[in-house]
Amino acid sequence: MSEKKAPGSVSKLLNASWLRPFVLLVMIVVGWDLAIRIFNIPAYQIPAPGDVVKVLYTDWPELLAQSGPTTYATLLGFLASAVFGIPIAMLIAGSRTVESYVYPLLVFSQSIPKVAIAPLFVVWFGFGIVPKIIAAFLLGFFPVVVSAVQGFKSVDPDMVDLARAMKGSRFRVFCAVNLPHALPAIFSGLKVSVTLAVVGAVVGEFVGSNSGIGYVLQRSIGTFDLPTMFAALVILALLGVILFWLVDRIERFAIPWHVSQRADVFVGS
Amino acid sequence: MTAAMRTMSVDQPSAHLRVVSEQSAPSTTSGINLSGVSKTYGTGDGKVPSLRPLDFHINDGEFFVVVGPSGCGKSTLLKMISGLLPPTTGEIHVDGNKVTEPHGDVGIVFQNALLLPWRNIINNVLMPIDMKNLPRADYMDRAKQLLKMVGLEGFEKKLPWQLSGGMQQRASICRALVHDPKIMMMDEPFGALDAMTREKMNVELSRIQRTTGKTILLITHSIPEAVFLADKVLVMTERPGGIAAIYDVPLGRERTLDAMANPIFIDLVARIRKHFMTNSALD
Repeated sequence: MSEKKAPGSVSKLLNASWLRPFVLLVMIVVGWDLAIRIFNIPAYQIPAPGDVVKVLYTDWPELLAQSGPTTYATLLGFLASAVFGIPIAMLIAGSRTVESYVYPLLVFSQSIPKVAIAPLFVVWFGFGIVPKIIAAFLLGFFPVVVSAVQGFKSVDPDMVDLARAMKGSRFRVFCAVNLPHALPAIFSGLKVSVTLAVVGAVVGEFVGSNSGIGYVLQRSIGTFDLPTMFAALVILALLGVILFWLVDRIERFAIPWHVSQRADVFVGS
Repeated sequence: MTAAMRTMSVDQPSAHLRVVSEQSAPSTTSGINLSGVSKTYGTGDGKVPSLRPLDFHINDGEFFVVVGPSGCGKSTLLKMISGLLPPTTGEIHVDGNKVTEPHGDVGIVFQNALLLPWRNIINNVLMPIDMKNLPRADYMDRAKQLLKMVGLEGFEKKLPWQLSGGMQQRASICRALVHDPKIMMMDEPFGALDAMTREKMNVELSRIQRTTGKTILLITHSIPEAVFLADKVLVMTERPGGIAAIYDVPLGRERTLDAMANPIFIDLVARIRKHFMTNSALD
């Protein structure tokens, strides 16, 4: 390589960290297209990227409309897993008795495949939004609990003793010490949870729904409409990325002091 | 039997060293009084005795240092006096009141500074005020004054990780003092610091004690540190911990590092070290 005196603005732009995943994505898409052309893969096995883009372009109002219910179910399921997961983690971490009763059962229940029991929710709650939310909740719940339990348990017992010796009430000590300490772990659980909640919502749509991206997926598989199916997958991936990014933003706002966020503290100060 | 035990492995004390085997009628309405306090962990067959029954008294304003081998129950002792841990037998009285729960009139410093990483230095120092739900405004000046005293002026808005280990520990001493407690308990407060910082901190702590007149209970591994700081040194035996001896330190209150060259200092350090040599238990 020839030496450059100063990196040009184009190469600087190409090196920007936010651009790197896109560069990789473009390379994958190009490889995908080339593979189809070189190996003569028929369109009913793998669609060409061009066809997928065409569907995304022509059908985007339909896809956007269908992603509405999926997003809605994902968000409600995710919020439910946070609202129920964090207090349950508090109880598990706070009491050995609760832990010994609840935790093994929780792990046990987690080993049941959600796809297998999702039809049951349709039987119970019909074809509405509720089975989807429950499926999203069931998938998103576990990572929140596991991470939050670990977060609550990793508090230095000396730190808690110190706060107790200051005559702080249990609640006050919890708010001042235990909860902030557990936040980084809780957020890493929430990030896993939000992407799994998308999967959960789609599972819910698979087994019994007439709306949502999961429904589009199943319909297009049934008619071998592979470009539409791939377009739906792209939408799902985008949904996951956007929700993950949102949680990540909230995390930066909530725990600016944490090791993982310190670069930003420097920029900010 | 206890009196015999306490002098068992020690030569006849020199004229300037007094082994305080029996204290002359300790006051029960002031200071810290322990009578028959012992601690056993666990239940049933898994019982682990941590402390043998202890009887001693710490006067108001005294710098009382406990020195002993590791695992002899020093930290257990501190937690019991703070009210964080109930003794298995015996009673602890602070100013004549029986200790049954954290009494709030103590400041604690542990080996690690244990500052909350999400609070800046001044908010960390004010933590006891928040815990006790007292008005912050009334203590802000005092907190700033304390930080100035330990040389941390201008660091109020910094987060803990931006400070060195010694500075963090000084901030935690401010936190222990901000609510103006009568008693300060320190559990190997300088154990994590390098030798030079440690000596500096010792001089500083000695000065803090002189200026504030607090009762200080300090726990340490280091015999020279114990003798340098203390009015009285309690030497503990191996697990289960008991009292090997209590020594007065006749070095006067005003001490500089030169005190370490004083023959009384050297003699006393050697004498205390002998307790551990004969038991070959110093780690």
